[in-house]
Amino acid sequence: MNKIEHEVISSWIEIGASVLDLGCGDGELLSSIIQRKQVRAQGIELNEAAIQRCVAAGLSVFQEDIDTGLSEYADHSFDYVVLNQTFQQVKKPSFVLQEALRVGKHVIVGFPNFCYITDRFQIFFRGKVPVTASLPYEWFDTPNLHFLSIADFLEYCRKLQIYIEQKTFISKNRQVRWVPNLFAETGLFLLSK
Amino acid sequence: MTLAYETYGELNSEKSNAVLVLHGLSGDAHAAGSSKADGSVGWWNDLIGPGKGIDTDKYYVICSNVLGGCKGSTGPSSLNPKTGKLYAADFPLVTIGDMVNAQRRLIDHLRINKLLAVIGGSMGGMQVLQWMVSYPQRIRAAMPIATTLKHSPQQIAFNEVGRQAVMADSNWKNGNYYGGAVPARGLAVARMIGHITYMSDASMAEKFGRRIRADKEPFKFSADFEVEGYLRYRGDNFVKRFDANSYLYITKALDLFNILNGHRLSDVFQGFKAKVLVLAFKSDWLYPAYQSQEIVKACKLAGVDASYCELSSTYGHDAFLLETEEETQLISNFLRTAANGNGEHQT
Repeated sequence: MNKIEHEVISSWIEIGASVLDLGCGDGELLSSIIQRKQVRAQGIELNEAAIQRCVAAGLSVFQEDIDTGLSEYADHSFDYVVLNQTFQQVKKPSFVLQEALRVGKHVIVGFPNFCYITDRFQIFFRGKVPVTASLPYEWFDTPNLHFLSIADFLEYCRKLQIYIEQKTFISKNRQVRWVPNLFAETGLFLLSK
Repeated sequence: MTLAYETYGELNSEKSNAVLVLHGLSGDAHAAGSSKADGSVGWWNDLIGPGKGIDTDKYYVICSNVLGGCKGSTGPSSLNPKTGKLYAADFPLVTIGDMVNAQRRLIDHLRINKLLAVIGGSMGGMQVLQWMVSYPQRIRAAMPIATTLKHSPQQIAFNEVGRQAVMADSNWKNGNYYGGAVPARGLAVARMIGHITYMSDASMAEKFGRRIRADKEPFKFSADFEVEGYLRYRGDNFVKRFDANSYLYITKALDLFNILNGHRLSDVFQGFKAKVLVLAFKSDWLYPAYQSQEIVKACKLAGVDASYCELSSTYGHDAFLLETEEETQLISNFLRTAANGNGEHQT
């Protein structure tokens, strides 16, 4: 994953905080946050091979399915709950986000923007589902179950009265400040309820 | 009290590389290598040795036979110094807690203040949990594998059938069979039942299918199928190496084990500072994954630094002894990060 995303996410996290990463994969992001902010980190991951790599990196990880909820975690038991690039992959994103907001004092969400300019071009001119750097999968073999844009997410947060503390938009390893829904590949948000 | 133990590798000068390995129901102190006496290979030889998952070039590995056992440690087949006779059924009931207390004395005897890790599967895993509760300050990492906080009724039921098989054997004589014929049939049947519970439907299908034995005898109820022959072989073999009374005592210790012991799940590991790795196997129906998840839940509630992985395998409960590739990787990496101190990411 892009280094800048790690940097942005880490910058939002307080030194020594507790972090729960939902769908932590190989634990790259968690390792990077630990390095920068000396946090107490816990990952949740479904994939056995990814868990192996987390354990090899010295990370604490539970093999669990976040789609079934976080019922074993108490309210506000973590300072930060991270849903980076997993938000669009879970079966019930709304439910998972509500659970994350219950368990975490803050929630960090990152997802690929489906209305990035290249995606729009590919749909418009080629008439095909986009395959880009941030959405690199063919339609028949993708872990992404939901396709949303930055505008969709902003509207969603407004409707559900989720407070957006911070937001950063990224494209090609750089921050995007101008019309992010068109020019950003990735949206990162720091949320609280 | 006698405790039989073996060690592998060298204890370093800081005495910080000791790993205590804990055996299951029918195991013994001989965990690794070939025995000088009879050439038998240790029960976890795949995992323990130079360059292996629990690398004896790095770690000092200790394994002792449990209290109540019959492989060198004091048990019902030992001499009762008060009467000058073997204990037999006069031996007091032992608990997993007693076993662990005895191991703690062994660690004291070896002058080790803090173990790098305690590792064990099945009954060995219960001992790991007991270590976590009884001597949390003496361990830096714990790995309970394919185990449970307490036996379920189904687990107790299987053990009870095993015990009944032993006690129904007319040679058992309330435990006073030493010096005469042993309750061989009863113990063999108990072991056959045990073996069924250690395998899975898939592993049995794969291993035996419905294949017929080549050497079947001309008798209606002979062991026609390979699976029957296998179970009989395993049963008869067990009798040669295991004492029936020890079987009764140890299975009882398993059934009576309940680490919660009146505590709430959230309190049982409260204040525990070491790292924990909990492992379960998908096809294990004797110690199903939900029991390991309960252990994980207890860790979570107590804020213990823990990891959990449910490994794919078709071997059933036996997987922790047989399907060792993934397990080895996890254990060796976990040990390495535990040995590196706080276990945080090393860069």
